[in-house]
Amino acid sequence: MSENVAVIGIGHSKFGTRKDVNIAELCWESMKPAFETANLEPKDIDFFVVSNAGMWSSEAAVPALIAEYADLAPKGSMRVEAACASGSAAVRIGYTAIKSGMADIALVLGVEKMQESPNPNVIELIGRFGSYFWEFENFGLTFPAYYALHGTAYMMKYGATEEDYAKVAVKNHYYGAKNPYAQFQREIDVETVLKSPYVAWPFKLFDCSPITDGSACVILASEEKVKELGIDEKVWILGQGVGTGTANLSRREEFTSLASARYAAEQAYRMAGIDLDDPVKYLDGANVHDCFTAPEIIAYEDLRFCKRGEGYKLIRDEQTYIGGKIPVNVDGGLKSKGHPIGATGVSQAVEAYKQLLQKAEPGRQADITKGRWLAHNVGGTGHYSYVTVYGLEKR
Amino acid sequence: MDKMKEQVMKNMEELGFPVIVDEKSGALQWVDMRELRLRYFISIENIKPFYEGLKEGKLMGTKCKKCGRLFFPPQKDCPSCMDSDIEWIELKNEGTLETMTVVFVKPPSFGMYDPYPVAIAKLDDGPRILAWYNGDPQQVKPGQRVKVQVSRRKEGYLMYELVPL
Repeated sequence: MSENVAVIGIGHSKFGTRKDVNIAELCWESMKPAFETANLEPKDIDFFVVSNAGMWSSEAAVPALIAEYADLAPKGSMRVEAACASGSAAVRIGYTAIKSGMADIALVLGVEKMQESPNPNVIELIGRFGSYFWEFENFGLTFPAYYALHGTAYMMKYGATEEDYAKVAVKNHYYGAKNPYAQFQREIDVETVLKSPYVAWPFKLFDCSPITDGSACVILASEEKVKELGIDEKVWILGQGVGTGTANLSRREEFTSLASARYAAEQAYRMAGIDLDDPVKYLDGANVHDCFTAPEIIAYEDLRFCKRGEGYKLIRDEQTYIGGKIPVNVDGGLKSKGHPIGATGVSQAVEAYKQLLQKAEPGRQADITKGRWLAHNVGGTGHYSYVTVYGLEKR
Repeated sequence: MDKMKEQVMKNMEELGFPVIVDEKSGALQWVDMRELRLRYFISIENIKPFYEGLKEGKLMGTKCKKCGRLFFPPQKDCPSCMDSDIEWIELKNEGTLETMTVVFVKPPSFGMYDPYPVAIAKLDDGPRILAWYNGDPQQVKPGQRVKVQVSRRKEGYLMYELVPL
């Protein structure tokens, strides 16, 4: 049993259209730097977990595939899926494996190769991450549409505008342009977003995260192993909360917030010893699940960075840029960095490590004074929510 | 797509393998020769009365006989009472619209439709319902009243939709 669990190694592939590599090669691109930063070899891993939503890609037995490619056999493994939160689910599996004492060192890999299928097929498949029978089969809800129902409700209730949503995309592209691993490395302006074609009203093309190939990897270790290996560079997992929502959106009470995310945030804050009334005071920054622009604003509120109904003011006043109240998605977020479903949650863990240890690329390093970073990762439309707090000092 | 298939056939003939060169990256791709079509058989045995009602233009839900909890979409078991003693009731087919979107980029399986509005309404009986909105989305006002009605789809089957009142 280990009370504390640390991230001791990280790796990140280039996100984007990766026709140049197959799935195993794409995995290795993030695994190799993870081994190198942890100063470990495949033989040192006790257990590994792979998050991969799959369907659009050819290989289903990804853990076995990488066991073969990266010499991890015969160590134990599993593949996990929690829609777009799969990566955080994998972090949780690695974290609990070490916390329980079943493993001392665990490797967590997230990978998705969405572009092995044509875009129309991906759009068809991704619409199924809700209630297939009652909401997809007869009403053809796409993924942007599920979130658009929230974006509309939020605008109607609080008076936010499509321009406010566009500002989230502008911010995330601003930082994506400074992240060499991002899919889109160029800045955009509000006009570009507003003039792009509608995907699911009120969302336009530039309100949406792209279809992405990519992988991310972290190596986790117990407190004893950290001591034994003499590891200086690490961040601790201070707390993690997880919540689940109903399959049908019609079974929910409101569409301006995700109940599962609020639930996960409260758990994570309690575990990490963070004051629920003022979490911003404890955090240097955050990654939130901006699969579309409006959900980033809703995340500010679900995470209590501001009061309900005031999230759009944070982006309007540029309070989530570096130097503002709390920097959010300064790696480009899902919007600009890209959103390879299974890799996203692990990519957020990589970013927490980089930010806290001040290893982020020039122009996107937040000021680290409090020593804590938050990751908010949502699967489906709040069907699964994970909130994880990382810190420089263990609790 | 057809152009790509032609190219694959040509390359198979000339090079011996089903490959193409990706236009943007120039990277060589093997084109999978195994195509999978998915179609599920989904049991509606325990919610038959829902479809019988729909055929008569009624929206049916289930109600726990013990605690009175209403379910829509209908379900046959009540987790509040751990009981399956439910009855079928006709829900009030009017309600208030709560939110809406219009799907412009459609899944290929909905390709035969124009961009379609989807809305969620709260029925006067309490449950919420998600369905297509058969009306002009630009005319929708906050607190818009709607009615549930049944219409025949292009595919040929009956389905409920929301219409403005």
